[in-house]
Amino acid sequence: MTESVETSALTPLPGTAGQTGTVVRSHILKRLFKNPLGIIAVGILLTMSLLAVFADVLAPFEENFANISKTLADPDGVNILGTDSAGRDVWSRLLFGARLTLLSALLCAGVAIGIGLPAGLIAGYYAGKFEAMSNWVVSILMSLPGLIVLLTIRAAFGPSVWIAMIAFGILISPSYFRLTRTTVQSVRNELYVDAARVSGLSDLSIITRHIFSVVRAPIIIQTAAIAGVAIAIQSGLEFLGLGDPSKASWGVMLSEGFKNVYLKPQLLFWPAFAMALTIGGLVLLGNAIRDALEDSEKIKHRKKPVVKGTTAAPAKTRAERRSVAAVDVGTEHHLLKVTNLGVGYPQADGSVKKVVDDVSFYVDRGEILGIVGESGSGKSQTAFSILGLLPDNARIVAGSIQFDGNYTVAPGDERVNQGRLSKLRGKRISYIPQEPMSNLDPAFTIGYQLVTPMVRVLGISKAEATKRAMKLLSDVGIVNPKRTFDAYPHEVSGGMAQRVLIAGAISCEPDLVIADEPTTALDVTVQADVLDLIRELQIRLNIGVVLVTHNFGVVADLCDRVVVMQNGRLIEEGPVRDILRNPQETYTQTLLGSMLEGKEPMTMLVSSSPKGAAS
Amino acid sequence: MIRFILKRLGSGLVVLFAVSALTFFLLYISSGSIARNILGDQATPEQLALKEAELGLDQPILARYFRWLVNAFGGDLGASWFTSEPVTSSLATRIPVTMTMVFTAMILIAIIATLIGVAAAVKRGWVDRVVQIGAIIGDSVPGFVIGVLLVTILAIQLGLFPATSTISPGSPPDAWVLSMTLPVIALLINGVTGGAQQIRSAVIKQLERDYVRTLRSRGIGEREILFKHVLRSAAPAGLTVLSLQLIGMLGGVVILEQIFALPGMGPLAVTATSQSDLPVVMGVVMYTVAVVIVVNLLVDLANGWLNPKVRTS
Repeated sequence: MTESVETSALTPLPGTAGQTGTVVRSHILKRLFKNPLGIIAVGILLTMSLLAVFADVLAPFEENFANISKTLADPDGVNILGTDSAGRDVWSRLLFGARLTLLSALLCAGVAIGIGLPAGLIAGYYAGKFEAMSNWVVSILMSLPGLIVLLTIRAAFGPSVWIAMIAFGILISPSYFRLTRTTVQSVRNELYVDAARVSGLSDLSIITRHIFSVVRAPIIIQTAAIAGVAIAIQSGLEFLGLGDPSKASWGVMLSEGFKNVYLKPQLLFWPAFAMALTIGGLVLLGNAIRDALEDSEKIKHRKKPVVKGTTAAPAKTRAERRSVAAVDVGTEHHLLKVTNLGVGYPQADGSVKKVVDDVSFYVDRGEILGIVGESGSGKSQTAFSILGLLPDNARIVAGSIQFDGNYTVAPGDERVNQGRLSKLRGKRISYIPQEPMSNLDPAFTIGYQLVTPMVRVLGISKAEATKRAMKLLSDVGIVNPKRTFDAYPHEVSGGMAQRVLIAGAISCEPDLVIADEPTTALDVTVQADVLDLIRELQIRLNIGVVLVTHNFGVVADLCDRVVVMQNGRLIEEGPVRDILRNPQETYTQTLLGSMLEGKEPMTMLVSSSPKGAAS
Repeated sequence: MIRFILKRLGSGLVVLFAVSALTFFLLYISSGSIARNILGDQATPEQLALKEAELGLDQPILARYFRWLVNAFGGDLGASWFTSEPVTSSLATRIPVTMTMVFTAMILIAIIATLIGVAAAVKRGWVDRVVQIGAIIGDSVPGFVIGVLLVTILAIQLGLFPATSTISPGSPPDAWVLSMTLPVIALLINGVTGGAQQIRSAVIKQLERDYVRTLRSRGIGEREILFKHVLRSAAPAGLTVLSLQLIGMLGGVVILEQIFALPGMGPLAVTATSQSDLPVVMGVVMYTVAVVIVVNLLVDLANGWLNPKVRTS
């Protein structure tokens, strides 16, 4: 999907559609041939095609030539795979069968593409009445049992493989229609398509140049699958004896073998093997192309960190100054103590990409610590290692984390101690996420999602938990707790959902709350309310809070102390007032400056103090 | 809710109507020599004309279709042109055989594919790799070829199962089980490998969702998250695949019933279509399409029940 974007970025001169197309194809092809399964698949299919094309030359006998004096013979020099019950040569029939099978698969896929692709392009691009009508036709076609319909078609038009395959192509065309339509819909409103439209390209050339290049790869994958299904169906019809009796086919050979299964079961092997091999080749080809596509996307994603790596080089000089910034965690007791933490992700080439490096800080009960940095600075990764909710492939590469004196990450551990943390999570450490809507399970009511953790963690009854949930909802400022309790997540606003998540975070009376950008996804008008709520709850419950944010306004408004992170490292630390008045690092100054130039109303609260310091 | 069901049943009726018209007119194309096919080559022109009048073939096509439609609404699907057996009664003896197979296979697919798919998604590693390879092999061998191989090896070579069935609706349960085992396995394999693959990717997708992390942060156990939350959100994808597989199975079962000589709808469909026996073909097509419509409706209802966004709007 994205590979066309990638290549157009790589091609210095975005030329004609044909040029971009060949670049894309060669990329995918190169990757396809690096994958052994891809080579095997192409090898099988190529061999089959060659055997089919040159069947006349390769086959020693006519497909229906019968030597009645030599039936059910074992393989010998003349009939290298033996003969069937009518004395026909198995090898020759296998070759002619390959021709019939591959041609019928091609015909079926061709018909299906010929109908499904244009219909899908039009429906996806223009939507409207045509789409509604096609959807109706699609739902009819998709509720028809294929083989039964083909039997009926045969009753009407006689035993022709070609008619059967045309009919099956029509029946199966919805799969192309749907694929094309969804793909087109997803790019229709992409910026580059808009740009093409604005620059005056006609709809036709937009469709052929931009949209067709996007659907091409999925279409190839789909075709591999559909050709396999077509072969199965065609052979099935032949097996039932409903095909053209004058043609040799794998289905007929299988049925012939099955009739003689007591005399010569070996006859079953070759047609079954040929079918499995061909369909298997198609399946493998589809998988290999999919893998090649996914790889190209992965490589594209990987490009970002590479760029970052180059900018990270001068950060080494900052690292020397880190000793100044690093907190002296010492030996004293803190609620949360992070010491020299490093988090990394193993890469395909065996190296480990560090996203958090040598980070130390502490949090005490009753204080709010801000972790500030731009996206990619490692602040969220730090937060998730405290919660023990890092992705599966993440590794702790250095340092330790202590909660209330106990190690949740002991020095030398590669992973977070889940046994210990699973007892703490929800109960003593809790979490307020960034995006309120995606952090509630859409399938359960808000009430259920508040009550269940309390029942599980505190061991209280459902009735008791319900009562507490109502109280919590009104505590976080929800006017009609009962209605919100009974609502599903999609029925409440984002601000309300965030209040619900805050209620959930404090429901089991934790000691430490990790808030990951708790206001970023909210409307500016709601942000201030939510920040006030966090501050008020923190004071009332006397809890420690780690507030992860990119916004110095939020820090100024809420935090007692702040640590500044850049490229996975901690570069500055101190009481909020000091940092705001007198930031030592240019990076901090930049962050502060961006805040002052920003449009967020939070900045109003501190506008007087840091302005002089920042400039 | 009731309005939704009625609406869907209404559109189902429209589909049935469209399919019946299409099938009827398709079969009309080949109905020219029906009387001769029934009576044989020796029949005199008078006998043929008489037979055509008896079957109503001398009337215009629209009138014939209209009469079929009126009768069908009254529950009368006519009688076979060749055997004179009423279509409803021959369907009634064959449906139990076919549907027992199809629904047993469906239930087993749902259970096995879910277990395998979830295991592959959660454990990854070698379990995942085995499932992936299994999916490729399962996709490569058509169901009826699996059926042929199963009969040859397990029934004929090893004698573990009867090669051809002897069951009828009145047979004892153990005869049914013995006769159905191999065809159901043959139906299963493609379904399980394909279904497990779908469930695997749906579960992986859900496990990466934000709400799963938040549930973990709330102290909810892994098992509860997996079976109560993740599986519930992944289920619609699985159900949709299952309904598509059912449609495929209604065709696949035709070939398997031939292979195992089971007295289901398959042989009926094959004979009737090769003879252009219009009343029987119409009956078979109407019944299968009706099954598909009902199953699709049930799947939509289940998905609605699983997804409150659909349910409440």
